[in-house]
Amino acid sequence: MIRDITIGQYYPADSVIHKLDPRVKLLATLVFIVSLFITTNYIAYVVAAIFLVTMVKLSKVPLKFILKGLKAIFMILALTVIFNLFLTQGEPLVSFWKITITKEGLRTAILMAVRLVFLIIGSSLMTLTTTPNQLTDGMEKGLSPLKKIKVPVHEIAMMMSIALRFIPILLEETDKIMKAQAARGADFDEGGIIKKAKSLIPILVPLFVSAFRRANDLAMAMEARCYYGGDGRTKMKPLKYKGKDYVAYIILAVYLAAIILIAVLL
Amino acid sequence: MIIADGVNYVYSAGTAYEKHALKDINLVINDGEFIGVIGHTGSGKSTLMQLFNGLEKATSGSIYYNGQDIYDEDFKMKELRNKVGLVFQYPEHQLFETTVLEDVKFGPRNQGLSALDVDMRAYEALKAVNFREELYDASPFELSGGQKRRAAIAGVLAMQPEVLILDEPTAGLDPKGRDHILKLLSKLHEEKGITIILVSHSMEDVAEYVDRIIALNDGSIAFDGAPKEVFTHYKELEKIGLRAPQVTYVMHALKDKGFDVDTSAITVKEAKEEILKALKKKRSGEGEL
Repeated sequence: MIRDITIGQYYPADSVIHKLDPRVKLLATLVFIVSLFITTNYIAYVVAAIFLVTMVKLSKVPLKFILKGLKAIFMILALTVIFNLFLTQGEPLVSFWKITITKEGLRTAILMAVRLVFLIIGSSLMTLTTTPNQLTDGMEKGLSPLKKIKVPVHEIAMMMSIALRFIPILLEETDKIMKAQAARGADFDEGGIIKKAKSLIPILVPLFVSAFRRANDLAMAMEARCYYGGDGRTKMKPLKYKGKDYVAYIILAVYLAAIILIAVLL
Repeated sequence: MIIADGVNYVYSAGTAYEKHALKDINLVINDGEFIGVIGHTGSGKSTLMQLFNGLEKATSGSIYYNGQDIYDEDFKMKELRNKVGLVFQYPEHQLFETTVLEDVKFGPRNQGLSALDVDMRAYEALKAVNFREELYDASPFELSGGQKRRAAIAGVLAMQPEVLILDEPTAGLDPKGRDHILKLLSKLHEEKGITIILVSHSMEDVAEYVDRIIALNDGSIAFDGAPKEVFTHYKELEKIGLRAPQVTYVMHALKDKGFDVDTSAITVKEAKEEILKALKKKRSGEGEL
């Protein structure tokens, strides 16, 4: 169950997408998400789909791996579709008992579902092809102009990378604790909602304790290596744009232009 | 009795992280044995241990507990876990209750015993691990490392398993704490006849306490036999990231220097006796001259 969450997981492969500068990928993801929300025209979504499928193909990440990430949002997806489908006012399409499905309802339901699915695939594609370190490096560099207005960009990026780094560690820890408690006869699936909630205590307490212990250890280790924040800190692998990054930017610009054109003209 | 028949285990099959952790393991573990499992980091020891009490499921192959296939649909996994107790590495990280006593009660309580039985088992288990009585009502988070470890082991013992598996129970303990835990295991084995499987990185510990060694290498069984027998292969053991106990090397070195000693000694005590014997022999030989 826990292993189904693919957001924040890295999938190592040798592809163009993997080798792109993280700043390009960050901006591309942002642009892609924005492009999903600026229009309701279906042609725009066809373009977005083509763009997304091409990127997935180029990334060499198996489709199975990407679709696994959708499992985690299945409930949200289902709820969104149901609410939009049954609760939107408008021209009735089908109607039985007290339930009416309207044309508008069907339209928004499909639109929302497509938006959500694209959003999740788009953002998990970024995290699947970018290591957390690259990601936060890219963020730090990309946001560095904000330093001029006293935004602690480095500290934010460092917190991000620690948080991301801790996701797999805590997942593993949870897995271990769950197993250890299962070995002591704990049952996590049986009983009503209260019993289930109670059965989480033997997992959550040790997990909290271990999270604090790890945080403490990490802080100590960082201080022992003279970490004192971003001032004067240099990078082992400074980010530098290469030819393919500029090409990627151009493709991105063309994509955005196409979406805007469709939104304005059609 | 636990039988592993052609067990394979593959992690994250079909992804870039695929790892063949166990390869065709065939093993019989008899009742009342005291087994030491050794192997380098990542050799599959922990995975194998988790297969034995059904926390992980083998990718292929079968595991039988007392003649029953644990992968049968009508086999009750929960009962297996009652009978095969597993103490994880750093078990003190799994303590969660407000008092030590309550934490130890967690296992027996999950077994559905009456309140009285739960209490009895908890007290019995804490006694068995020599836990200080005045700390029964202390928070498990306030204890010292060694005490925490003991409380955690008591938590599994309270379930009164027939087979007790311990994954490096002495890791991170001081020599005194280590001796206490190992002596405790040896006592449990002798007095209650519990089958004990001890995963360890310390050849000295294994040599001193267990009566059978299983050495794993890259997910396969490299050696399986009595400690003396296994440690005669010390050169091969070194190749797979293991070694013989220190004293075995001392004995080999003595032999090379011309002392007439038996190199099969694997504990300090045995070595001492061997050396004394050799010295006496030498002295009486000189006396005759």
